[in-house]
Amino acid sequence: MTPFPLPLDQLFGHYGQYIVYLIIGIAFGVSLELAGFAQSTKLAAQFYFKEMTVLKVMFTGIVVAMLGVFLATGLGLLDYNLVYVNPTYLWPGIVGGLVMGVGFIVGGFCPGTSLVAAATLKIDGIIFALGAFFGIFVFGETVGLYEDFWYSSYMGRFTLMDLFQTSTGVIVLAVVIMALGAFLMAEFSEQIFGKSLISRQPRWRVGAAAGALALGIGVLAIGQPDNAARWRMLEAEKQPLLDSRAVYIHPGEVLQLMNDRRAQAILLDVRDEADFNLFHIRDARNVQMDELIPLAVDLREEPANTVFFVMSNDEQRATEAWKILVAESLINVYIVEGGVNNWLDTFAEADFKTANLLTDVQSDSLHYTFASALGERSTASAPNPDAFEALVFEPKVQLVGKRGASGGGCG
Amino acid sequence: MTTHVPAHPGALRTRPGILARREARPYLHPYLAGILLGITLFLAFFLSGNGLGASGGMNRLLVLVEDTIYPEHIDRTAYLSSLAGGDRNPLDSWVVFVTIGVVIGGFASGWINGRIKLETVRGPNTPIRVRWVMAFLGGVLMGYGARLARGCTSGQALSGGAVLSVGSWAFMLAVFAGGYAFAYFMRKLWN
Repeated sequence: MTPFPLPLDQLFGHYGQYIVYLIIGIAFGVSLELAGFAQSTKLAAQFYFKEMTVLKVMFTGIVVAMLGVFLATGLGLLDYNLVYVNPTYLWPGIVGGLVMGVGFIVGGFCPGTSLVAAATLKIDGIIFALGAFFGIFVFGETVGLYEDFWYSSYMGRFTLMDLFQTSTGVIVLAVVIMALGAFLMAEFSEQIFGKSLISRQPRWRVGAAAGALALGIGVLAIGQPDNAARWRMLEAEKQPLLDSRAVYIHPGEVLQLMNDRRAQAILLDVRDEADFNLFHIRDARNVQMDELIPLAVDLREEPANTVFFVMSNDEQRATEAWKILVAESLINVYIVEGGVNNWLDTFAEADFKTANLLTDVQSDSLHYTFASALGERSTASAPNPDAFEALVFEPKVQLVGKRGASGGGCG
Repeated sequence: MTTHVPAHPGALRTRPGILARREARPYLHPYLAGILLGITLFLAFFLSGNGLGASGGMNRLLVLVEDTIYPEHIDRTAYLSSLAGGDRNPLDSWVVFVTIGVVIGGFASGWINGRIKLETVRGPNTPIRVRWVMAFLGGVLMGYGARLARGCTSGQALSGGAVLSVGSWAFMLAVFAGGYAFAYFMRKLWN
């Protein structure tokens, strides 16, 4: 398992973890102050092409952080699935961005820099921050009027790799090259509109640019782990759970959790559609094996009290699906013990079982015949838990907490 | 109230005062400051999985004040209720602590470098009161826009940009577009 991000709440306690965030915030504040971002004139100069400090600092920051993140994910140190990627709400983001751009040139700050300005006693920074508080207040009071727009054009976790249908390495390298091009243009612009000569800029920045380019090529060269590689990283830790059958759950316990209000059970039926149509457990979703990886992106967003059960006719295909989902950083994933066949053995009526049991069966195929495609209209699809209270099983499901991104970049 | 207008913002000099006893040091080279910022942002993602933020923390601090004054209103408004409804504590979020850290870090760096100074920074031809009014108006727009866009320059542009979110890059371009489009009308304020 990738060691990072750390499970901060488990390491330091729920409130203890906030010390880490406080230190990160302090480093952030120091960086902004050292850049001169407490000085509104320095920020506004960006928009008159005289001093491109905002662009230089921001893009350098983005490039350095991006290279660090994707080198770490490429080397298997950090799990990108557990890193918060701002969900895309395209149009609210663009409209909000335009409003902020106007606010930037009118007021001379953005929210973060105004806090640094206020902390260094710049009166304009203090007034700006008060204005920002007022703007936030007005938003809270008015968003109800156009909530439909605020939730519109939602695309979820949508990355530049998804948009351009290309690999992470290509995008990372392209961003580095673009940033270096922007820096070059910024320096020319400062020479023309401002007073700083390119020839008087320090030499080391050329070396830094070459270093960034080399690291970008490095990210491209090492690539990012695919699902199979992710499983190999986890195998030593997770294979024993399969071998000891710790994650194979008795149908009785599955039924219990389906009816437990404290948990949300999501049933993933990975059989062929034909079998699924003949019979499936109520509310089970039919998912084909090649749909699992994209689906995992959405499943990771489910609340922390969610437990996932994968099932096939017996256990073979479900076990493969379990490996794929676990490798995609999904937690609280279990397998229905004995699959749908065992479910029917446990919950179907005795008459049905004697009449419809097949004698000659292949592996991972349905052991019962159905006269018609019942889907979830069979009584065994949603057994009454009270009728099966006598079932004896050893409870195995243990919900574990999420680690990594706790939602909301500015949430 | 001292109102010192620097002839050239990069070469700011402060007079000795209570808080700044020596000359202000020059700012860090932009690329160096950017590298420092980038390392901070990387460590935030590496250690916690979350990026940076500022307006989110301001939002929650504000909601705390509202919740103290008028809790029924919070519980009735869907958006506010999700932050502080019932017995939810709006401060129980990582971004609040990042935001508090920004203020502490900003002050500490300003202190060490002799840049703490009560002043209004403004364009060479801008009266002080005009700068104050515009700062407030700009702040209102920024605060409103940041919530509309679900994040500010820190939480959306920087953080989402570094982990390659499409929405964050679109947002970033929109901020620059908005700034450049409106800069002409504000040229007297800053030049």
